[in-house]
Amino acid sequence: MAKITYREALKQGLREALHADPKVFLMGEDVGRYGGAFAVSKGLFQEFGPDRIMDVPLSESGFTGAGIGAALGGMKPIVEIMTVNFSLLAMDQIVNNAATLLHMSGGQIHVPIVIRISCGVGKQLGAQHSHSWEPLFAHIPGLNVISAGTHEDARGMLLTALKSPDPVILFEYTGLLNVEGEVPETAVEVDITKAKIRKEGKDLSLITYGSGVIKALEAAADLAVLGMDIEVLDLRSLRPLDEKAIFTSVQKTHRAIILEDAWRSVSISSEISARIMENVFYDLDAPVERLCGLEVPIPYPKHLEDACVPQKEQIVSQIRKMLSK
Amino acid sequence: MIEFKMPSLGADMEDGTLIEWRKKPGDFVKRGDIIAEIETQKGLIEIEIFEEGKVDQLLLQVGDKVKVGTTIAVINDGAESLPQQKPAIEIPETIKPDETKPMDMESAHESLSHRIKISPLARRMAEDSGIQMGDLTGTGEGGAITREDVELAISAQTSKTEKSKSPVDQSLGIRLAVAAAMSKSNREIPHYYLESRIDMRNALAWLSEMNVKRSPKDRLLPVVLYIKAAALAVKQCPELNAEWKDGLILKKEINIGFVVSLKAGGIIVPAIHNADQKSLDQLMADLNDLIPRARNLKLRSSELSDSTFTLTSIGESGADTLYGIIYPPQTGLIGIGRISEQPWAENGMLDVRSCVSVTLAADHRASDGLSGSRFLSAFNQFLQKPETI
Repeated sequence: MAKITYREALKQGLREALHADPKVFLMGEDVGRYGGAFAVSKGLFQEFGPDRIMDVPLSESGFTGAGIGAALGGMKPIVEIMTVNFSLLAMDQIVNNAATLLHMSGGQIHVPIVIRISCGVGKQLGAQHSHSWEPLFAHIPGLNVISAGTHEDARGMLLTALKSPDPVILFEYTGLLNVEGEVPETAVEVDITKAKIRKEGKDLSLITYGSGVIKALEAAADLAVLGMDIEVLDLRSLRPLDEKAIFTSVQKTHRAIILEDAWRSVSISSEISARIMENVFYDLDAPVERLCGLEVPIPYPKHLEDACVPQKEQIVSQIRKMLSK
Repeated sequence: MIEFKMPSLGADMEDGTLIEWRKKPGDFVKRGDIIAEIETQKGLIEIEIFEEGKVDQLLLQVGDKVKVGTTIAVINDGAESLPQQKPAIEIPETIKPDETKPMDMESAHESLSHRIKISPLARRMAEDSGIQMGDLTGTGEGGAITREDVELAISAQTSKTEKSKSPVDQSLGIRLAVAAAMSKSNREIPHYYLESRIDMRNALAWLSEMNVKRSPKDRLLPVVLYIKAAALAVKQCPELNAEWKDGLILKKEINIGFVVSLKAGGIIVPAIHNADQKSLDQLMADLNDLIPRARNLKLRSSELSDSTFTLTSIGESGADTLYGIIYPPQTGLIGIGRISEQPWAENGMLDVRSCVSVTLAADHRASDGLSGSRFLSAFNQFLQKPETI
């Protein structure tokens, strides 16, 4: 195992994908000569040249549409939308073209595109640049939505996503870029259709994704000291949801809490909560709880920004309350 | 016409009984006049009126008891007339309150069983194993019954039916019995606590003087003084030597339950019968007989069931102070900490003395702080003059 940053894991994933298939290319704002807004693709332009690391004009709708066209033409484009905050400008291309063409062509036309989107709160970027919009994309049939909450997934998800014949939205997290973690020495593909238990436990299922995974594991470690054995389930795929993994975990622990930074209403957590109730109600020993982002525009000051999303202490105290300990 | 209703004199007031009308039909009333005297749980209250007009009808007879909000009089303020009112008697005075109480408990229990706060999993488990959900105590969030509570009930049921003899099961059985008794106590008995620090100088000096002449096995321990002093003190506060069961039931005998802790965990409380009438030597002999038998769980049923007041003493190496939980259905328990040297101020001088902290846990339904206090002070006085007991 090697210890690298989340940023480095993303870059290794990109390089491996570019080496693995000559049809793969990266396009996005400042990804080439500048090395990427977050330095994720730094050096790749020099290594792979302008045909495979393509700088594009500042027009999300334009270059996302171009990427979809390339996919239709037989290429394997990786489109980088710098952050999810700008993705709304490309939403028409994503929802009305990428997600619908398979259906509208009667199953004849696949759109094998991977759209990488940096996401999340925690960098003091103000209300317009701190969105957690995974639920918006997970709402849309025709898309596969995955979320890289660990270094393993930051490195391995892209390779698997490129094998999908249909559009994949891959969420990466700005707040994790400098966080170090362990990854295997050689590239391993990760199964992007299955949730993954990051820590086994028997007292309660803590279900989360993306920026919640590391927080959840830290909270679970604190709770272990207090004698509570928490299972941490990383969803990884937000559409489709790995229901089997969720239900199996809840049937084992009988209690569930869902953690996410996204706003509470009409979210990933509300969907999971509903499905648990619909399917495994009689296995529940306590009401399903949720910890989500506060429903406000994310403020700029650090302390207020921190107060807007669930923090470790809050996770610990909420779980202690649920377990009456 | 204005309907004058039985007023609410606090959130806990449900009804009131008419003791006297101060006005009669035809009288003029104005804001602030006293119209009636009503008996409530808070005593006799004079009821004021806030309207002006002529008393038209008085709808209650003296002695009638009606719920808050019931119209009790009609005042004519010159506005349009109301139809003739019928007296609205809901609660006949002939039923005595203490007759209705046990019934209220029953019906409350009945209606609860229709809406029990229980998790879906716990409900399923309870149904599968034939456990009555109404009998369970919830320990989950907000008092909800959870899987753990049902599992405890299932294991209690099994240990009851199997009467297993292995030590593990036996200690589990004791644990469950302690759990059940203490939960019941904490749930039902409104405890109050009093604490006193007692100077043990006289008592210890007297004991060592007595023990000089004795062989080691006949020596008296401080605990026999505690038992005797408690038995004599409780005699002066009979409501502590009692049972609360929809009312106070005083006990004739004074049987001190003595808490013995078991090696495998749990406690057992054998009774020392008529402790107030026994000599210290006799009490010491009783203890020497009871404690080993209690530890081996070889007690007679009378010893298990007859205690009327409990004494628990933590011993030499224990905590300084002990706050006990009453052993139901008793109404009091004395808790004695360890003896330790402490600064003691007396007559403007500071001294170092052997002291012990003594607490009383008492059922506030049965007694009040004043009589509890009297008990502790009597207990102290007996310990100050050990030669007299």
